[in-house]
Amino acid sequence: MENELAYDVQGKGHPVSDYKDDYNGEKFGFWIFLFTEGMMFGALFLIFAIYFYRNMEVFASASSELNIWLGGINTVILLVSTYTMGVASIMMRQGKTKLSAILVGITLLMAVIFLAIKASEWSVDITQGIYPGSEILLKKDKGEILFFGLYFVMTGLHGLHIIGGIALMTWVLLLIRSGGIREDHTIVMKNVTLYWDFVHLIWIVLFPLFYMIGV
Amino acid sequence: MNRSFYDETHTVFGEHKSKILQWIFSVDHKRIALLYSGVMFTLFFFAVGAALTMRAELFFPGQQLIEAQTYNQTFTFHGVTMIFLFVVPGIAAALGNFMLPLMLGARDLSFPRLNLLSWWLYIIGVITALSSLMTAHGFADTGWTFYAPYSLKTETSVIFTLSAAFILGLSSILTGINFVVTIHRLRAPGMDFFKMPLFVWGLYSTAWIQVLATPVVGITLLLVILERTLGIGIFDPTKGGDPILFEHLFWIYSHPAVYLMILPGFGIVSEVLPVFSRRTIFGYRSIALSSASIAGIGYLVWGHHMFTSGISDLARIIFSFLTFLVAIPTGVKIFDWIATLYKGSIILATPMLWILGSIINFTIGGLTGVVLGALGTDIHLHDTYFVVAHFHYTILGGVIFMFIGGLHYWYPKITGKLYDEVRGRIAFILMFVGFNMLWFPMFIAGFLGNPRRYFDYLPTFSIYHQIAGIGAVLVASGLLFVLYNFYKGVKEGKKAGANPWNGTTLEWHIPSPPPLENFSKIPYVDFDPYEYEKGEAVVKFDENFRRIH
Repeated sequence: MENELAYDVQGKGHPVSDYKDDYNGEKFGFWIFLFTEGMMFGALFLIFAIYFYRNMEVFASASSELNIWLGGINTVILLVSTYTMGVASIMMRQGKTKLSAILVGITLLMAVIFLAIKASEWSVDITQGIYPGSEILLKKDKGEILFFGLYFVMTGLHGLHIIGGIALMTWVLLLIRSGGIREDHTIVMKNVTLYWDFVHLIWIVLFPLFYMIGV
Repeated sequence: MNRSFYDETHTVFGEHKSKILQWIFSVDHKRIALLYSGVMFTLFFFAVGAALTMRAELFFPGQQLIEAQTYNQTFTFHGVTMIFLFVVPGIAAALGNFMLPLMLGARDLSFPRLNLLSWWLYIIGVITALSSLMTAHGFADTGWTFYAPYSLKTETSVIFTLSAAFILGLSSILTGINFVVTIHRLRAPGMDFFKMPLFVWGLYSTAWIQVLATPVVGITLLLVILERTLGIGIFDPTKGGDPILFEHLFWIYSHPAVYLMILPGFGIVSEVLPVFSRRTIFGYRSIALSSASIAGIGYLVWGHHMFTSGISDLARIIFSFLTFLVAIPTGVKIFDWIATLYKGSIILATPMLWILGSIINFTIGGLTGVVLGALGTDIHLHDTYFVVAHFHYTILGGVIFMFIGGLHYWYPKITGKLYDEVRGRIAFILMFVGFNMLWFPMFIAGFLGNPRRYFDYLPTFSIYHQIAGIGAVLVASGLLFVLYNFYKGVKEGKKAGANPWNGTTLEWHIPSPPPLENFSKIPYVDFDPYEYEKGEAVVKFDENFRRIH
């Protein structure tokens, strides 16, 4: 089926695009998937905007209860990790398979560190009795209930995406090993890199919304 | 005799001996389309059963058959099943899946395995939704809209229904992605966007709505689930949340969703009319672009569901104005369709009857929608049977008539056989008369103030409900007759041949039923989709898919 042609009335051949191994199609499809992700987080940002507008001062004071340093370190970690993932993708296209795999491994490690820091933040909050439906939280101002409700939902959903990223990067490493990703066949890697960029972009918005409005 | 896709298939896990495994793991778009159709129509008949139960209860005022609570669960079951399990996947998943690659001149969708995954997710969603029928607290009683705060408080198993809707949403998104990419990447060489058949334009607009609107309702339903399990407070007024916000987010999806249901239907109308009028469609570009603009404007009108919910006057005026705007592209389409019929050689075959019927019904449904979009009248008509009648005129009288019309139109292509024309016409007449008897009286009852969603009504409304009850029986028998006709067609119908209707689009140039991977050679498409000259199709191909002059 190499380079199949469709012939017009003059007998001139025109190349046919096939559904198998369609690099541009797969990239385009993944972009549309990211649009849907964007719409999903977008709805949450909309909810945040409305409740922030209604409870500005309470949101600011609730925000100052979060640890901005831990959040900040996590932001830096994600920033660096998208860089390593991006470079890994470029290295793969240049045929430096081993270097590429190492960089994916570093990215994966940073994702795990991010999760560990996030988990420690959550566990501190939860031991202090701040979690959805807790009696301590329910006694506080309604703005604060909403702030922490949104905090757990949005960082939780983002955290699920980090876990998804870890799974995807593990898969990428396995594919590099088995030859499923190679110099001339990088679509999976390209899309995982896009995904990781997206996850990091969401965090770039989440960080100021939750950590910085109280500063 | 050519081997068709019924004889051989590709599966996702290699070879299987078992016929069942060959079907449920098949990645062939045609088989997946039939899998969807089978499950969807089974559920459709369940939901029709629920509707008949409600109509029986409503035949006399007062309580006869079912209690108020059961009635609430029955209309929720009817709504959830019809909307989320039947009409939302609907035409796109069934006929779209089958026809899209054929009409584009492609061998499959861009992502055949993703397509199978969509179907499996759909099945998981179906099982999740139906399983709550068996649990202790029973099926949800919230209506298909799940309005907060009631959906946060009800004892019924609303979490099952919400999870089901979430999973079905994911399935719908994946189908949407698949269709958009397929339409961008796999058009036959030479076929630019304005040479695509109009059904493809309908699917294209639908796919974008699926991709961009579904995630909003997905996250909203997820928030209700989290509210019920963890108590995060986002829609709960006792915790500072705002239930009106739920309505906004719900309708941001669910209003575009009604366009998602109708646009592929409009596509079918635009396919059937030129073929059975034997002339080129009038205003091809305006039909194509009106699909896209309905999808676009339809995004911005959700507030018209909330005119009585306490949103600001300014917002209501803007939403009302935008709602009127949607009527314009829809009106353009109906104008184009009627202009196509003008001076055509009209053949009143069964598919054409269904399509003409659907245009009449949809015009009534659409115009009453404009009535509801006007602020003053909506305050009077909100939450009455007028709204329910409007909705059923667009969805049952519109979408489902178009769907059944499309099934008749493509039946020879899908099965390779012809159904019986006389039985087809009788079924249509039963259904058309029954449908109008069923829903037209409800406009009047609603106008006079009969509220929706009650198991009881004042005795003055008896006559309307009784006419509707008889209409419902006619509709149900019409549907069963369609089914019987299709069954008989498969069993003893005549061979259809490649092109029984004298159609012009690409699917009519390959054998019926189509072979695996559809096209032996891909044609070069440098012609418009509906070219007729003196009642004959202009474009013809030889066996190697080269155009004959």
